[in-house]
Amino acid sequence: MTVKLGVPSKGRLMEKTFEWFAKRGVTLSRTGSDREYAGAVDGIEGVTLVLLSAGEIPRELAAGRIHLGVTGTDLIHEKLPLWEQQVEPVEELGFGNADLVLAVPQGWVDVDLTDDLDAVAAMFRARHGFRLRIATKYHRLVREFLREAGVADYALVDSQGATEGTVANETAEAIADITSSGETLRANHLKVLSDGLILASQATLWRSRGAALDDADRIVLRALLERLG
Amino acid sequence: MALRDGFVAQGAVAVETPILQPAELLLDLYGEDIRARAYVTSDALRGEQMLRPDFTVPVVQMHMAHGAEPARYTYAGEVFRRQEDDPDRANEFLQVGYEVFDRVNPAAADAEVFALFAQAVAHLGLRAATGDIGILTSAVNGLRTTERRKAALRRHIWRPRRFRTLLDRFAGRADIPETRQALLDGTAVSHAPLIGLRGPSEIRERVDALRSDAAEPPISAVEMDGLDALLAVRETLPFAVQHLRDLAVDLPAIARAVSKMEARIEALSARGVDVDTLEFETSFGRTSMEYYDGFVFGFYAESRPDLPAIASGGRYDALTRRLGNGQEIPAVGGVLRPGLMVDLEVAT
Repeated sequence: MTVKLGVPSKGRLMEKTFEWFAKRGVTLSRTGSDREYAGAVDGIEGVTLVLLSAGEIPRELAAGRIHLGVTGTDLIHEKLPLWEQQVEPVEELGFGNADLVLAVPQGWVDVDLTDDLDAVAAMFRARHGFRLRIATKYHRLVREFLREAGVADYALVDSQGATEGTVANETAEAIADITSSGETLRANHLKVLSDGLILASQATLWRSRGAALDDADRIVLRALLERLG
Repeated sequence: MALRDGFVAQGAVAVETPILQPAELLLDLYGEDIRARAYVTSDALRGEQMLRPDFTVPVVQMHMAHGAEPARYTYAGEVFRRQEDDPDRANEFLQVGYEVFDRVNPAAADAEVFALFAQAVAHLGLRAATGDIGILTSAVNGLRTTERRKAALRRHIWRPRRFRTLLDRFAGRADIPETRQALLDGTAVSHAPLIGLRGPSEIRERVDALRSDAAEPPISAVEMDGLDALLAVRETLPFAVQHLRDLAVDLPAIARAVSKMEARIEALSARGVDVDTLEFETSFGRTSMEYYDGFVFGFYAESRPDLPAIASGGRYDALTRRLGNGQEIPAVGGVLRPGLMVDLEVAT
């Protein structure tokens, strides 16, 4: 067997992850053609690179099919309700910073806190006959956050992309989405609630708590973690 | 089935309800939180459906659509609860229920339901807990403050923490957030174009409401102390009712609810329930599903604090109003969990 390391298969996240490992003497690379998702690991024996979509890495870690994986805190928390029992954070990688935030139109001068949002949701429902809609793809995290904040009379509507545009298009009244600089939000005339930070996320190296290891794997994993730590 | 037959012997009609329930209705009743507890599925024709998380809503619907009065129903079947936090909790289990729709004597109906459930679990030696959501609701309704504030408090009766935050604010015991103050002073402005469905008149309406609320006197210390004492009541029924009677001096609005409680105690006693040792807690039932609005009860296994209630129920008059298209009928009912009962029987 070998120790399996799951890494995002494309884009800046993959490049930054490769750089981060390279600085620690572990060279990750893609092999074969540009389109083939195969990879190689140099600098340490007994480790296999598995290229995956960042969104699938939580599931693979939880199932124990990979021993280590790089993905965002947001995806781990959203996809694994019992994440603390299934995975353990090894290192924060210092990039891929993104916050999951709750945002409303800038023109809502009367709304700055989740407390305001709750009051507005009640009035909105009374006036329009349906619950105030919040567009997001992070259903579980947003619902837990709003329950904790005591917000009622809202509905989550699924939005898998261009979420910032849903308010202007009148398919939602507020949104909960990932932002790094807030520029897209501002460009779409939205503002983040003062207490609307749902989760601060960054790319993180996780270790599966459930992946099987033989004695040889255990030695390799320890050596690898020492190198990375 | 033996349990259900027991309820049939009490004069209840055995009913069945569809497993798939329209999601929209349950969402309207419970809000988005129900999604964390119920499985949602969908098809292109009927849209979102939920695997029934309980029987009460479909049974009420059925009764409101074509039930004669008074009516007693019983059912036995599976309910489905999505579990996100605790893998040891069942996501599919049997429930056996008994529901009474009767407008003649609510106290007697409360006692009938409680006594039947107490009898069904008597051999398990469970701890019984009771409460009455109506006490707190009537205290809120009687506060000498604006209807808007009372509505805000009523809306959050089932969210104790949020309820407390609002109460402290209305009593002038919480700091006004900076941004709220700016809004009241008229210094909060935005030059961004207003987007979305919520229009300028709605924003003006809220700002006006906040300004007029800021001009209102706080809820008095006497009423606040009364509410605090009310929420802290937790003792056996005879002491609890005496205590609440005393509190009715400062909170006269609860007097009627306390009288109803006294009538219920008498009815329970007439049914052979030992009311002198029965526990009562004003806050009991405030964190469960939102439809209970009067008497509430639960039976718990003290040796197994990890288990949810083995049996539970309560009064839900308001739910019949919401589902009744202009009609309403006082209703009370409860459910048993035979699976948990068998576990306990095996253990003893």
